[in-house]
Amino acid sequence: MDLSTEELNIILQTVRTFMKKEVEPLAEKMEEEDEIPRSLLDKAAEMGLFGISIPQEYGGLGTGMVGKASIFQELGKGPNCFISVIGCHNGIGSVGIVMEGNEEQKERYLPKMASGEWIGAFALTEASAGSDASAIKTTAVRKGDKYILNGTKQFITNGDIAHVFTVMAVTDKSKGAKGITSFIVERDFPGFSIGKKEVKMGLRGSHTTELIFDNCEVPVENVLGEEGRGYVNALKILANGRAGLAARCLGSCEKLLEISLTYATQRVQFGKPIFENQIIQHYLANMAIEIEALRSLIYDVARKVDNGEKVIKEAAIVKAFGSEVYGRVADLAVQIHGGMGYMRECEVERYYRDARITRIYEGTSEIQRNIIARQLKKEYGL
Amino acid sequence: MNIVVCIKQTFDTEAKIALDSQGKIDSQGVNLIINPYDEFAIEEGIRLKEQLGGEVTVVSLGGERAQEAIRTALAMGADKGILVSDPSLEEVDEWVAAEVLAKAVEGISYDLLLAGRIAIDDGSAQVAVRLAEKLGVPSVSSVLKIEADGEKITAVREIDGGTETLEIPLPAMVTAQKGLNEPRYPSVAGIMKAKRKPLNVVSLADLGLNAGDLSPKMVVDSTALPEARKGGRKLEGEPDQVAKELVQLLRDEAKVI
Ligand SMILES: Cc1cc2nc3c(=O)[nH]c(=O)nc-3n(C[C@H](O)[C@H](O)[C@H](O)COP(=O)(O)OP(=O)(O)OC[C@H]3O[C@@H](n4cnc5c(N)ncnc54)[C@H](O)[C@@H]3O)c2cc1C
Repeated sequence: MDLSTEELNIILQTVRTFMKKEVEPLAEKMEEEDEIPRSLLDKAAEMGLFGISIPQEYGGLGTGMVGKASIFQELGKGPNCFISVIGCHNGIGSVGIVMEGNEEQKERYLPKMASGEWIGAFALTEASAGSDASAIKTTAVRKGDKYILNGTKQFITNGDIAHVFTVMAVTDKSKGAKGITSFIVERDFPGFSIGKKEVKMGLRGSHTTELIFDNCEVPVENVLGEEGRGYVNALKILANGRAGLAARCLGSCEKLLEISLTYATQRVQFGKPIFENQIIQHYLANMAIEIEALRSLIYDVARKVDNGEKVIKEAAIVKAFGSEVYGRVADLAVQIHGGMGYMRECEVERYYRDARITRIYEGTSEIQRNIIARQLKKEYGL
Repeated sequence: MNIVVCIKQTFDTEAKIALDSQGKIDSQGVNLIINPYDEFAIEEGIRLKEQLGGEVTVVSLGGERAQEAIRTALAMGADKGILVSDPSLEEVDEWVAAEVLAKAVEGISYDLLLAGRIAIDDGSAQVAVRLAEKLGVPSVSSVLKIEADGEKITAVREIDGGTETLEIPLPAMVTAQKGLNEPRYPSVAGIMKAKRKPLNVVSLADLGLNAGDLSPKMVVDSTALPEARKGGRKLEGEPDQVAKELVQLLRDEAKVI
C-alpha cells in the first residue's frame, strides 16, 4: 500500500522543517567533528526516518519508489552525511531483508530497524573485490546449526553504528558467483568486530569502516534467501537503491543551484553583479537544464519501479546520470563562487567533495555503463 | 478537558511572494505550512490532553489543501478535525473568519480554545480574539505558559517589558506566543494513525450559514510588493564631518531619529 499524495506532502513538509531546524544548523559541527550527534539520529528515529522503506506491517512507512525518492530528494538538500546514514539504512542496509527475508527474519529485524533502534549496513566490498563483487574471499563454512564466517570487509558505510549487516560470503568456492550466500549478521555475534575507520575526502560525519569476521558464528536461520543466491541478492539490493541515490543527488543539485543563483546576483565585480555576465547566466541555465532532466528521469524510473516493471537498464542510467549531474553542478557552483567556492567556510566546497563519491559507490559510473551496454545488446537481440 | 485549536494554513516562511496577472498573491507552486504560531497552539493542546485527558479538535477555514494542515495536526496527536471549505469563502476578512469559525466551534463541547497569536501571512492578530468575543468567552493573548485544571487556567503572557500572570475561568480562549513550547514533529506512526481519525469537511450551508450574509467588511484594493532593497551608501571623510552628515541623513532622509 503506497502513501496518498496528502500523506506524502505531510511527510515532505515535516522533513523540510526537520532539515531546516535540526540538521542544517549542525552542518559545520558535523563536518568539523566528523560525527553526527547521536541526539540528531534519535530525533530522526523518533520521526520515523529509519522506516522509510520498511513495510507498514513492520512499523515502517512502506513507501513506494516515488515516495522514497521524494523523501530522499528533500534529505539530499542538506549536509550529505545525514542522508548517507539514513539512505544507507533505508537502502542497501535493509532492503535485502525486506525483499528476501523470510517471515521470522522480517519479524525479528524490521520493527527494530524501522524504529531506528537497529541501524542497517550492507557488506559486500573487500580489499580485492570492489567492482568485481564475485571475487570476494570472505568464507562461510557450515558447522552444525551455524555458519562460521572468516574474512574482512572494507569501506562499509554505517559500519560503526549499525547493528544489522547484510553480509555476502563464499559458501562454495567451486561455484564462483553462484557459490556466494548472503547472511544477516548482528554486531554482537561472537567473532564479529569493527576494524579501522576510514579517513575520507568528504561525507564527513558518515562513517565507513572495516568489518572483521574472525570465526564469526552466524546461526543458519540467518541465511538471507537461499544458499548460493548471495551474488544475485547483492545485485538486486544495489539495483533497488539506484533511483534513491539519484534522488539524493537531485536534492543536492537543487540546493547548489539556489546557493549559486543567490551568490551570482549578490557578488559584484566590475561594478555589477556577476550574474550580469552571460557566461554566468549560462552556467546557471546549464545547471537548471540538467536538474530538470534528472528530475524527469528519476520520477519516470521510480514510477516504473512502482508499477513492477523491470528497470535494470533504466536504474543504471539514472544512477550514472544522477551522480554525474551532481558532479557537474557542484563544479559549476564552485566556479560561480570563485575563490570563495574553494574555502571551507563556504558550503559549496563541502557539496563539491561530497558529490565525488556518488560516481563511485553502489556501482561506479563505468560499471553502470557496462550494465547499460549489456542490456542494450540484449534488447536488440545481438 | 476538551480543547479546540483553530489553525490556518499559510505560505512557507521561505516562500518567494509574487503577484499574478490580476495583482493578487500567487499561490501556485508555493509550499504551504501550518501557521507557526498555530503549531504552538496545537502542541499545547496535545500536551494538556496528555496531562488531563479529553479530546483535541482542530478547526480550520480554507481551501481543499487546508486538509493537509489539519491532517498534520492529527498526525501530531490531535483527535478530530473540522475544515470549513466553501467556494464562496475565497475572500474572507477577519470578521467573516470569526463568524464562520464561531458557528463551527459552537457544535463542539469545549473547555479551552487555543489559537496562534498571529498568522504570519496577513499578520492581523484578530481572528482568535474576535472569535472569543463572538462566543462570549474571555481571551488572553501572547501566552508563554499555561497551567490548567478542570475549571480554570493560569496563563503567563507577554506584556511590554515583562510578563503578566492571569487566572481565567473556563471556557476561555488563549493565543500562543513563540516560547510556549517546542512543537513536536508529526511522526510516521502518527501520520498512519491520522488517516483513521475523523476529518469533517463542511460547507457554509452545513453550518447553517448563508454566503450572502457574510460579505467581508474589509475590501483589499490592491496588493504591492515591498520596494526592493537598495544598496547601502558609504560616507567618507573626517570622522566628525561624517558623523554630522550621518545624523542629518538619519533625521531628514531615513526619518528614523
Ligand atoms: C565512502 C564509501 C562508502 C562505501 N560504502 C560501501 C558499503 O556500505 N558497502 C559496500 O559493500 N561497499 C561500499 N563501498 C565500496 C564501493 O562500492 C566500491 O568502492 C566501488 O564499488 C568500487 O570498487 P573499488 O573501490 O574496488 O574500485 P575498483 O573496482 O578497483 O575500480 C577502479 C576503477 O576501475 C574501474 N573498473 C573496474 N572494473 C571495470 C570494468 N569491468 N569495466 C570498466 N571499468 C572498470 C572502476 O569503474 C573504477 O573507475 C563504499 C566505498 C566508499 C568510498
